[in-house]
Amino acid sequence: MKTTLILSTALGGFAFAAAAQEVNVVSWGGAYEVSQVEAYNKPFTAETGIRVNMIAADNPATPLRAQVEARNVSGDVFDVEVSDAIRLCDEGALVEIDPASLPAAPDGTPAADDFVPGALLDCAVANIVWGTVISYNTTKFEGDAPTTAADLFDTETFPGKRGLPKNPKRTLYLALIADGVPAAEVYDQLATEEGVQRAFDKLDTIKSDVVWWEAGAQPVQLLADGEVSMTTVYNGRVFDAMVAENQPFEIIWDGQYMDMDMFVIPVDAPNPEAAMEYLKFATDTQRLADQARYIAYGPARKSSASLVGLYQDGVTEMGPHMPTSPEALANAVMDDPEFWADHAAELTERFNSWLASS
Amino acid sequence: MANAALDPHAAIATTASGVGQGLLTTADGKPLARALVRSQRRARRRAFLLVLPLLAFVVITFVVPIGQMLQRSFYNDGFSANMPQVSAWFAATERGTDPDDAAWTALAQDLVASADARSIGVVGTRVNYDMPGTRSLFTATGRQVRGGLEPPYREALLEINETWGDPRLWSVMREASTPVTANFYLAAVDRTRDDEGRVQQVAEQQRIYVTLFWRTFWLSAVITALTFVLGFPIAHLLATLPMRQSNLLMILVLLPFWTSLLVRTTSWMVLLQQQGVINDILVWMGVIGGGQRLQMIYNQTGTIIAMTHILLPFMILPLYSVMRTINPSYVRAARSLGATSWTAFRRVYFPQTLPGLGAGAMLVFILAVGYYITPALVGGSSGQLISNMIASHMTGTLNWSMAAALAALLLGAVLVLYWLYDRLVGVDNLKLG
Repeated sequence: MKTTLILSTALGGFAFAAAAQEVNVVSWGGAYEVSQVEAYNKPFTAETGIRVNMIAADNPATPLRAQVEARNVSGDVFDVEVSDAIRLCDEGALVEIDPASLPAAPDGTPAADDFVPGALLDCAVANIVWGTVISYNTTKFEGDAPTTAADLFDTETFPGKRGLPKNPKRTLYLALIADGVPAAEVYDQLATEEGVQRAFDKLDTIKSDVVWWEAGAQPVQLLADGEVSMTTVYNGRVFDAMVAENQPFEIIWDGQYMDMDMFVIPVDAPNPEAAMEYLKFATDTQRLADQARYIAYGPARKSSASLVGLYQDGVTEMGPHMPTSPEALANAVMDDPEFWADHAAELTERFNSWLASS
Repeated sequence: MANAALDPHAAIATTASGVGQGLLTTADGKPLARALVRSQRRARRRAFLLVLPLLAFVVITFVVPIGQMLQRSFYNDGFSANMPQVSAWFAATERGTDPDDAAWTALAQDLVASADARSIGVVGTRVNYDMPGTRSLFTATGRQVRGGLEPPYREALLEINETWGDPRLWSVMREASTPVTANFYLAAVDRTRDDEGRVQQVAEQQRIYVTLFWRTFWLSAVITALTFVLGFPIAHLLATLPMRQSNLLMILVLLPFWTSLLVRTTSWMVLLQQQGVINDILVWMGVIGGGQRLQMIYNQTGTIIAMTHILLPFMILPLYSVMRTINPSYVRAARSLGATSWTAFRRVYFPQTLPGLGAGAMLVFILAVGYYITPALVGGSSGQLISNMIASHMTGTLNWSMAAALAALLLGAVLVLYWLYDRLVGVDNLKLG
């Protein structure tokens, strides 16, 4: 009896692998995963009959690298950050994706021209643009409300603790912006010793007022508890708290840090054809626009922008909440994966050393 | 000889020394000693076969993966495997040799080959560990030379990027050209090599790991001491109360033990944060003003409080199991012989609890040294431990060699402490339950 059971389970496993009627997608979990399930997976399964298994990871690049190193790849499509997409591509862990094979925009614009700059890489296709923004609890300030990145560093006028992420990537640039550096010059500054020192000097001014966060859900919680009065936070998360949970939060788009999420396919993916099918389907114009119904992340295709409508509650206009809206772009820093591939290790050590010294 | 034969003790003497004609034999005439060895060998073989599945399981699921991981700490062939020609040139020349035409040719051909094979990122990543900022040098050059490069190679490469002529780059490449390296261990103790290959400390603002190692061991010791101070009376109470009450109390000890670690950690956040329960109560009672709320979390204090609470059962349980077996008549005897209650505790009771204390302290300390989630959530900037850095290298910078080196040092330090413990207290003197 038992043997039969084991045998049938094993055979069942083989049968699934052989049929290739499924695709394993590794993504970030949470509200983001829900938006992908609703906007990509359900219509994909309805159209092709291919089942999509969603797997959540803290950072899908970690299991991807582990699977490729162990030569035992179980995921077909991974949703990773740009810097990881470039790094993994350079290390030969990903299959190349020809932009010409991606579906064109409804008006016939080829995909290569339809995606926003930087969204198409040798081995990766972006699906969303998201921002790290400043948000504050409106009940904490009686007089003027803060409006700029510099206000985050002004604890005299705007009292209360500040929430910042515990990494150099999303803190150093903000210090420079608050210190008056234009968004376009941030990386030039960070490439020099003086610029890095300037950023740390600026951070020093609020060091004792900072509550450091690590996971994306933390800053929202800190803000809701009143533990901090202002924090940086991922714009989709804070949108969710503002609209779905009616929290008294406001967003400051000044000094936004923009990043993209990208779909990649590892070499030796178990279902390569289904993976490519899925990737093409999920990054077409309509699917990217649909995703904005469920989360406030901007579509990576220009042609999707006009199709973005209302949030799933049916009343909230999503346009102004997109990190790609004109107001949001006014003083935004775009992630520079090349810079971080070079300097992440060095600046992380320095940042941790700075944190540990009191 | 004749005398010896008459002597009644002679047979014993010869048997004991194992020689002579008085050798003991089994019933079928074989020498007893050999027969014994053989039967024992059979028993041992059977015992070994019985544990073989477990041994294989441990080797496959524990020893091999950990060994592979630790191997990364001193073995990284990211450069040598993908840049064979220039690695051969490094092997053939002395340290400090200026790159000649042969070297530039080897470098250029390796770069082209590696760029075509899409392994240039691995090479760049390896060199970037020792010289930050060079990863993009490799990947960007790789993109330009894909498909071929025309001689003269030196000028061609310098034209792409002047950094190719940097002596430090060549020195770092020489370091990376052998897969076996101590550089990750050097980096793990805040050391690096200069252009000539001499070991030196890294710049002051980059130093982090030594501080964190000390902090990890210091905080673990503090937490161990706190769990002892808090756990000893509880264990004593549990061991001396009648069964009914002690079982009830035991549930109180075990209930948090069975609760998820994350739940307990986040509960502490709710209690301790500035807008949290404890601060609210203090403000409400008027002990502190609304503006002076205490900072009890997101710092070292938070790490100590939360970890002491989480690790407390690991101290109480071994102590309790030892205390239960201590015969109360010993203390009574000491008292009746005139010892004060303190002397009786200090000289009679306490020494008998040592095996439990040793086991509890060891469990708590070793668990604390490797703790990761709790300091990450409640540690803020001053409550981070070395395990947080290991995690950051595993998942953030993806520098697994560095993570392995840090982990190996941590493992080594724990083994040294274990050895010290064995020398001072004795591992036999350990009672885990």
